[in-house]
Amino acid sequence: MEIAITTAGYDLDAMVDTRFGRAPRFLIYYSKTGAFTVKENTQNLNAAQGAGIQTAMHLANAKVDAVITGNCGPKAFAVLDAAKIKVYTCAGCSLAHALELLKKGELKPAEKANVEGHWA
Amino acid sequence: MKIAIASGKGGTGKTTISCALALAMPGEVTLLDCDVEEPNAHFFIQPVIERMEKTCSLVPEVDADKCTGCGECGRVCQFSAIISLGKKAMVFNELCHSCGACARICPTGAVSETAKKNGMLTIGRKGRIRFVSGRLDVGQAMSPPVIRETLKYAAKDGLTIVDCPPGTSCPYVTAVKGCDAALLVTEPTPFGLHDLKLAVATIRELDIPFGVAVNRTNGEKNLISEYCETEGIPLLLQIPEDRRVAEAYSRGQVLNKVMPELHDALVSIPENLQQLIEGRPLQEGPVVLI
Ligand code: SF4
Ligand code: SF4
Repeated sequence: MEIAITTAGYDLDAMVDTRFGRAPRFLIYYSKTGAFTVKENTQNLNAAQGAGIQTAMHLANAKVDAVITGNCGPKAFAVLDAAKIKVYTCAGCSLAHALELLKKGELKPAEKANVEGHWA
Repeated sequence: MKIAIASGKGGTGKTTISCALALAMPGEVTLLDCDVEEPNAHFFIQPVIERMEKTCSLVPEVDADKCTGCGECGRVCQFSAIISLGKKAMVFNELCHSCGACARICPTGAVSETAKKNGMLTIGRKGRIRFVSGRLDVGQAMSPPVIRETLKYAAKDGLTIVDCPPGTSCPYVTAVKGCDAALLVTEPTPFGLHDLKLAVATIRELDIPFGVAVNRTNGEKNLISEYCETEGIPLLLQIPEDRRVAEAYSRGQVLNKVMPELHDALVSIPENLQQLIEGRPLQEGPVVLI
């Protein structure tokens, strides 16, 4: 399974970033091997609008299976859902800890967006 | 002539001045309330409402049977308002700018543009004032389409006064761009000056002749008058700080009632702006009233 986690850092000790569309980057973790790569999200950091949608699009194209992030708005969620990417939310912990929680089945996939879009 | 009453900063008195101008004019005048996110000129004009009209904007609708999921629509859209993930394209209406590009590029003709209601126009009259007010629907994010619909009611010839939305972004640009000249309303505070500078920079880019009105002054010389002098911007109106104005405003009364002494200054604004449009120097010098 490939898991994308929002973060401002570069390794598993970094914290999960609460933002999705405007997260600085993603760490993509390959659960089979324990390896990971870092994917920048800079083009969306400064997008006027639609950052969540674009980010979700990129993750769909990268064919990840799941996302761990702090908050996910309705439009990004709709895209991730359509791409059959599971969304797990968690806050205030390191990437390693979040992955640990996921492994233990303590993170539940979100069934809908957990925050409102900016337009709401 | 269409005159935009605009300002970078909110709450400077655009509506107060728009209504006062409309009421001061001796002849037929059209007043358009283009502050569509919070129209309020009707409180002061109290027009007899003749009819309401819906405004719509075109948003794409995808025919699932025709969509192959090629993704072209998402690539052409500059606003992330439509995307395809290898199957039926998804549309996010609230991000759509109604440019029509997705419908044009779709190779299978799966995208059609459909009209979606986004606001209402209220059309009425009060004496010599033809009154039209635009209102954006709750939940809608794009005000320019409603502003454009409101502007369509500008008088063919004769004077139209456009009460513009605040700020210097798309709504302001949309409203001001449709006008021949503008009056930028501000107040003599550091915030007022800062936002006036933004409004001036934008309007110079649009190449529309403009003058400035200062509201709530405590003296003829102030932050704004100094700025206008250095920049060579005509200062067309100064309204003194006066408790009577605030009291009248809170009761929905108009400026003209409490400050009849402003009448001549108000009437001269369209004339002065007309001279600016024609590139003639202001003959009598700008009217400054204290
Ligand atoms: S361009 Fe047309 S066919 Fe291609 S994904 Fe978009 S709607 Fe579907
Ligand atoms: S009409 Fe323009 S802005 Fe709207 S979805 Fe299509 S391409 Fe995007």
